[in-house]
Amino acid sequence: MFEFSVGSVLSIVFVLGVVLVSAAMLIWVERRFLGFFSERLGPNRVGPFGVLQSIADVGKLITKEDWIPPFADKYTFVIAPIVVPVVMLLSFAVIPFAPGVGVMDLNIGLLWIFAMAGLGAYSAMLGGIASNNKFALLGGLRAAGQMISYEVFMGISILGVVMLGNSFNMRELVEAQKDGWFVLPQFVGFIVFVIAGLAETKRWPFDLAEGESEIISGFNTEYSGMKFGLFFVGEYIGMFLLAMLIPVLFFGGWLAPFGWDIGPPLVSGLLWMTIKTTFWIVFFILVRAALVRPRYDQLMNYGWLVMLPLSLLNLLITGAVVLYQGS
Amino acid sequence: MFKAIGKQLYVLWSQVVTLALVFMHLFKKKDTVEYPDVMPYMFPRWRGRIILTRDPDGEERCVACNLCAVACPVDCIALQKTEDENGRWYPEFFRINFSRCIMCGFCEEACPTHAIQLTPDFEMAEYVRQDMVWEKQHMLIQGTGKYHDYNFYKIAGKAIGGKGKGEARNELPPVDRRSLLP
Repeated sequence: MFEFSVGSVLSIVFVLGVVLVSAAMLIWVERRFLGFFSERLGPNRVGPFGVLQSIADVGKLITKEDWIPPFADKYTFVIAPIVVPVVMLLSFAVIPFAPGVGVMDLNIGLLWIFAMAGLGAYSAMLGGIASNNKFALLGGLRAAGQMISYEVFMGISILGVVMLGNSFNMRELVEAQKDGWFVLPQFVGFIVFVIAGLAETKRWPFDLAEGESEIISGFNTEYSGMKFGLFFVGEYIGMFLLAMLIPVLFFGGWLAPFGWDIGPPLVSGLLWMTIKTTFWIVFFILVRAALVRPRYDQLMNYGWLVMLPLSLLNLLITGAVVLYQGS
Repeated sequence: MFKAIGKQLYVLWSQVVTLALVFMHLFKKKDTVEYPDVMPYMFPRWRGRIILTRDPDGEERCVACNLCAVACPVDCIALQKTEDENGRWYPEFFRINFSRCIMCGFCEEACPTHAIQLTPDFEMAEYVRQDMVWEKQHMLIQGTGKYHDYNFYKIAGKAIGGKGKGEARNELPPVDRRSLLP
């Protein structure tokens, strides 16, 4: 029960703790890095290097008045922000952190994550509709269109990985990358997955659902206090999820590159997973700092006219190669 | 077909270049000045806190001409002229409401005696609105400010106690008009 094995209490507490603490710290990390990328210092006043900034932010959000607009649909308005963090936390159940560390070893792990990500779209949609505000409605519409259409390419792009790994189980997918990471044979799928993942988590440059310059704050315009905080935390957990999903699917998960194992498999696995996840988190922050938001029609055109053919082509070629090698 | 593919590749490549350029900013020197810990350099001509100066003899420069109050676009200066036993004019009270002041410096430009001057000090925040209203004793300094040699009564032709007509710098003695008759 108190040893590191999949589904043990220690494992579950570890995963939950790591995810929640990381998601909270990401608020500070992101602002600090955005500052560095624009030659500023970022928040550095609260605590050493400003590490307690997240606590200050959360304290401010909790003590803020929790206001429900009188014109809103009250129950939907309250439920909507709860959906996204819950769903994102549930997705972490199948993420393999290291050999023996994880909440459950589901044989349809990948499908579970997509089911949960699909549910995540409801949060923005319900929030937008329940607010009864034209900008919130526009944001909700955009979120719905964007997340549902990009989920299609996201799903198709990783079918190549599933074919090569011959499994939907995340741990088996990682083990299948012992001889070589999937990023090399699946480079196109990897590109499509990263772009679609960014759109799926509504992160920059695909933040059209929020789009401050156009529709105030999109679907969370009417939200304040901790209800807004839940949307916020959900988004950061989603970013953390994506930053762990990319290494697991394409960069060998906990496996060390070139056999650079350090210590026992558990320590080495956690270390390499941390390094890879950190790299992708910094990459997402860099993308936010550097790239501009496309127009909505550009987003949709890019999705259906470029990403869909690309991912289908990738699927076709991978399938042909796998069939040829198998015969 | 190939043109479209090439265009998409070019678009992707330009995004990669953007990412690389922005990433290099991580290693550049930061522009931020950590203000409360490090004081920024304030230029001598910065228009900040307003002071009233004295002439080199230590007397008040202000002659209560009201030109600053007229020039002030937000009407934040109020003063009342009075006169001492020597005939020098000076303000009985001189009041600036800094909660209105926009630090435009028009008063300094309007002042004929270099009395009112703006300084590089900008730390003027107060907790109570009424504390933003400054009286003469708050603004009057002992020195001459930016113009060390200027002394209005030594130059102007106005007669005051201790300096009669024609005794100012570059001033000729007064002419008796009757002696100019043809």
